[in-house]
Amino acid sequence: MKQVVILSGKGGTGKTSVAASLAHLASQDVSIVLADADVDAANLELVLAPKEMEQHTFSGGKEAIILPELCTACGRCLEACRFDAVLNENGVYRVDPIGCEGCASCFYQCPAGAIEMQDCASGLWFRSETRFGPLFHAHLYPGQENSGKLVSMVRQQASVWAAEHGADHVIIDGPPGIGCPVIAASGGVHLALLVAEPTVPGVHDLERVLATTEHFRIPAAVVVNKFDINLEQTAKIAAFCRSREIPLVACLPFDTVVTEAMVQGQPVTVFSEGAVSRELQRLWDALREMLAG
Amino acid sequence: MIITVASGKGGTGKTIVATSLALALMGADDDRVIGGRQLVFADCDVEEPNAALFLKPSLSEKRLVHLLVPVVDPDLCTHCGRCAEVCQYHAIAVVGEKVLVFRELCRGCGSCTLECPEGAIHEEPFAIGSVERGRAGSMTFVQGTMDVGLPLATPIIREVKRLALSRGQDRLAILDAPPGTACPVVESLRGSDYALMVTEPTPFGLHDLRLAVTVAHRELGIPVGVVINRDGIGDSGVEDYCRAEGIQILMRIPLDRRIAVAYSRGVPLLKALPAYGDKLLALYGRIVEEAAP
Repeated sequence: MKQVVILSGKGGTGKTSVAASLAHLASQDVSIVLADADVDAANLELVLAPKEMEQHTFSGGKEAIILPELCTACGRCLEACRFDAVLNENGVYRVDPIGCEGCASCFYQCPAGAIEMQDCASGLWFRSETRFGPLFHAHLYPGQENSGKLVSMVRQQASVWAAEHGADHVIIDGPPGIGCPVIAASGGVHLALLVAEPTVPGVHDLERVLATTEHFRIPAAVVVNKFDINLEQTAKIAAFCRSREIPLVACLPFDTVVTEAMVQGQPVTVFSEGAVSRELQRLWDALREMLAG
Repeated sequence: MIITVASGKGGTGKTIVATSLALALMGADDDRVIGGRQLVFADCDVEEPNAALFLKPSLSEKRLVHLLVPVVDPDLCTHCGRCAEVCQYHAIAVVGEKVLVFRELCRGCGSCTLECPEGAIHEEPFAIGSVERGRAGSMTFVQGTMDVGLPLATPIIREVKRLALSRGQDRLAILDAPPGTACPVVESLRGSDYALMVTEPTPFGLHDLRLAVTVAHRELGIPVGVVINRDGIGDSGVEDYCRAEGIQILMRIPLDRRIAVAYSRGVPLLKALPAYGDKLLALYGRIVEEAAP
């Protein structure tokens, strides 16, 4: 079983549209398990019409709470907290749950035992069925911490399922950026497919996400989305890939059919047989070979 | 006044709107717009900072952002294991006669240092990124950059805001937030007077807009308004949602190839299409009205 994660650095370059189409195309050749590792803006479910089979609450961390009846207002908690999460409101101490990082420093420092660490539900995760294979996905509650832990949970569930059911591949739709959820989404994968956009910011962000996959020694391949928006920047990406010996596996043309497919809740390869879909087929053929090797 | 530009979904045009809004305010010859205040632009997307590609600031000041991580004195340590017990992030482990510190997992809460009964732990700075300050025309420009391979964005965002918002009370600040709805977005939005949500009229845009509005408005109590970018694509979901929730659509930017091309070359919207100057100043006027209590 081999895992491939789809990343981009920059948001909105087309990760999810590519992932949904790969799910469709791959499922025709091999058995796959899908994981949506963008838990704070999970969009893969919008184009795969999942049927929810299981739902679980996820509590990835704890939150401090001050018990007013035991608090002596000594202020040790406020001194200990490095996240400005303890508030002194006219002598009444309170923890701001948005600022609290669950480090428990205040809990251990409180001489009156007036602080409790409470489990905090930070999201939900699901196992769903789709016509292309099972989908593991999650919803981080808005504004929560621990998105990395929830991503790890989704990944772990997907890979256990894939191993138990003898699936060939796990396809992971990754989050934007290069921080904690991206690191959680890409640990131990066999290949990172980087969806790049031929724009000045797109090239800048591609370099940073590639530096990240290199840092963790993850092999990468690049697909350029909307390559014809700026051919000069596409050429730059191609040259950059050559210089770093990263395969540039496909160049998808700009086509409003991609948005139309999204509005219809379909992967573009299901919705259209046009140029974008043909190039996505080429992309899957290339990936399939890379994953087999 | 602090206006934070956010979106939920990535790639909807946050940076396009934020940079050109700032440029329009900088260029306004009507004294009442800025009114003697210092104009500040802060790029809070420290994983993939892009605003500098458009505003081309000259950066004169750079500081490293550090986390205080534990260092154990082997002569004083008795391997009692208290540090590992209190650490909520598994960043410190006691194995036999050795104490291992995993700096990449440490959040710098200082709990281990406070709890060590032997006083065997002191803290040393560990660089996780940097913040820079300079000028773009007459505005102050601040950005942060997270080091590749490290997970923690929020301490760098905190420093960006500290640096951007420190000089005096009398300023007008535009903050460009990262995508998503998790802790980096919360850190960017905290303390803002207004959250300007840039979205696209597609199912993905709507899904993530809802979550971002929940974070800004319901969790943090910040007034929100919407800019619809690439107006004309997709469907009417975003409009229906805004109408139902009573959220004002403050501006529409039609799908326009010239804007996409300018963006791909790193040219600000306002430079490519100066006619947007008045629209952006009108947008600012609406924000001021909406933000007023």
